[in-house]
Amino acid sequence: MILAPHEPSAAQRRRQAYRRRQTVTSVLVAAASTAALGTLLVVAVIGAPGWDRVRASFADPAIARDALPEVLAGLWLNVRLLVCCAAGALLLGLLVAILRTLRGPVFFPVRALAAGYTYTFRGLPLIIVLYVLTLGVPGLRLQGMPPVLVLGGLALVLTYGGYLAEVFRAGIESVHPSQLAAARSLGLTYRQTMRHVVLPQAVRRVAPPLLNDVVALQKDVGLVSLAGPIDAVRAAQIATAETFNYTPYIVAGALFVLLAIPLIAVTDWVTLRAARRQGR
Amino acid sequence: MSLLRCRGLRKTFGGHVVLDGLDLSVDEHRVVALIGASGSGKSTLLRCVNLLEELDDGTIELDGQDISDPRVDPDRVRRRIGMVFQAYNLFPHLSVLDNVTLAPVRVHRRPRAEAEAQARELLDRVGLGAKANAYPDRLSGGQQQRVAIVRALANSPRLMLLDEVTSALDPELVGEVLALIRELKADGMTMVLATHEMGFAREVADQVCFLDGGRVVESGPPERVLGDPTEPRTRQFLRRIIEAGRL
Ligand SMILES: Nc1ncnc2c1ncn2[C@@H]1O[C@H](COP(=O)(O)OP(=O)(O)O)[C@@H](O)[C@H]1O
Ligand SMILES: [Mg+2]
Repeated sequence: MILAPHEPSAAQRRRQAYRRRQTVTSVLVAAASTAALGTLLVVAVIGAPGWDRVRASFADPAIARDALPEVLAGLWLNVRLLVCCAAGALLLGLLVAILRTLRGPVFFPVRALAAGYTYTFRGLPLIIVLYVLTLGVPGLRLQGMPPVLVLGGLALVLTYGGYLAEVFRAGIESVHPSQLAAARSLGLTYRQTMRHVVLPQAVRRVAPPLLNDVVALQKDVGLVSLAGPIDAVRAAQIATAETFNYTPYIVAGALFVLLAIPLIAVTDWVTLRAARRQGR
Repeated sequence: MSLLRCRGLRKTFGGHVVLDGLDLSVDEHRVVALIGASGSGKSTLLRCVNLLEELDDGTIELDGQDISDPRVDPDRVRRRIGMVFQAYNLFPHLSVLDNVTLAPVRVHRRPRAEAEAQARELLDRVGLGAKANAYPDRLSGGQQQRVAIVRALANSPRLMLLDEVTSALDPELVGEVLALIRELKADGMTMVLATHEMGFAREVADQVCFLDGGRVVESGPPERVLGDPTEPRTRQFLRRIIEAGRL
């Protein structure tokens, strides 16, 4: 469509000029207040009586440089665990959620098992699952026992799978029954209806909470270090024990935040998009 | 021979009897309009015919086959019946084209290109060719309902069930949907439609059935059932409709 050129009226021009002035004023006020607050914070921290000692033990550049390689090596473990465990937990959660929706007497045992699983693993503290799997299970001395790292990952997958299953289930139940009726009336089987009509809508709707749980998982994967493997936080702890300086923790913390930023950004973007789609 | 024959249908919802020994026969290429007060069981009857509800008693035959037999695969039966709902029930995550091709591709295993060509042709016919790639929430109610009808037609059904397909529409959008149903009738489609549009029922239906108390109380040609009903309950219903200004 081609819009005919439109000459704004005097009233519209006055409104536009007013809005421009308002925008300039808003930007100036925001800049001034940010500068004032920033100055206040810096003065408060640097001017604090203990600042020099805190800086020496938490922000020592030399120690940060020395600790960085070990902390990075640990972080690599976090990243690998996060990717594998997030994928595993999402798959497990989806599977369990689908099993819980199956109707009919044949599926009773499957349903009961799935329900029992979500009840148990949502109630059980992660640390206990981790200890049982990484310290208890190897004690069985079975043939072909996977390494501790895999067992630790399994503990994370089992625990987070329980949460994610409930998120998926909420999504599945939020799809209106009339959508199922429409799909079935077209001759789609139950499986086809799930696959092509219910799940796409359900997953889209719960994508924000799902990603939120993945962000939480990112912080929990480090707990496998309780069983031996060295993650970023554990590497920082070791470095701290050697130097009696807490700077390595700050290094690890900064790296964690950097790692989380893309994930959180994606979560925000997906949430925003979902909100916009529903708002239309 | 009748394409659809319902005998003694009974359907209850937790002690509430909705269908109570209902009989209905629909011959091929005929259009039957179901009328009756809200809650008289029109939607329930259509859902039972499409096997979306389990019967409490009675039999339904389609093309001479007893489809109420529990050994019959309901998915195969539904492929032969098209259903259109009051609230359109389009799939919001799929484009118009994908809404229409879902069943041909997934159920009938037709090649996607072929299914899309057929879908575009059908959409063109109802004047929605330009909307093929739009999502349902960008369409007006009348356009959505026409897509829903096309989606049901893409299965090449033997029988179409239409459940108050214009009730959710703004008055000025009703016409475009009714025009499409008129065309279907001209093509010889067998249809059962629940409706509140008495004028339309009179025009398009070969037979009008008045439902009350879970049965077809009166049925016959529209001029007679709507113009000169013999049953007091039909008269009472039509009087209320006239008072509401809908005839
Ligand atoms: N799934 C259901 N559960 C319980 N009651 C229902 C259900 N579906 C329909 N009913 C009841 O059955 C009766 C008939 O409903 P319906 O077939 O929708 O009537 P109509 O389409 O003629 O307005 C109503 O009283 C309604 O409340
Ligand atoms: Mg109804």
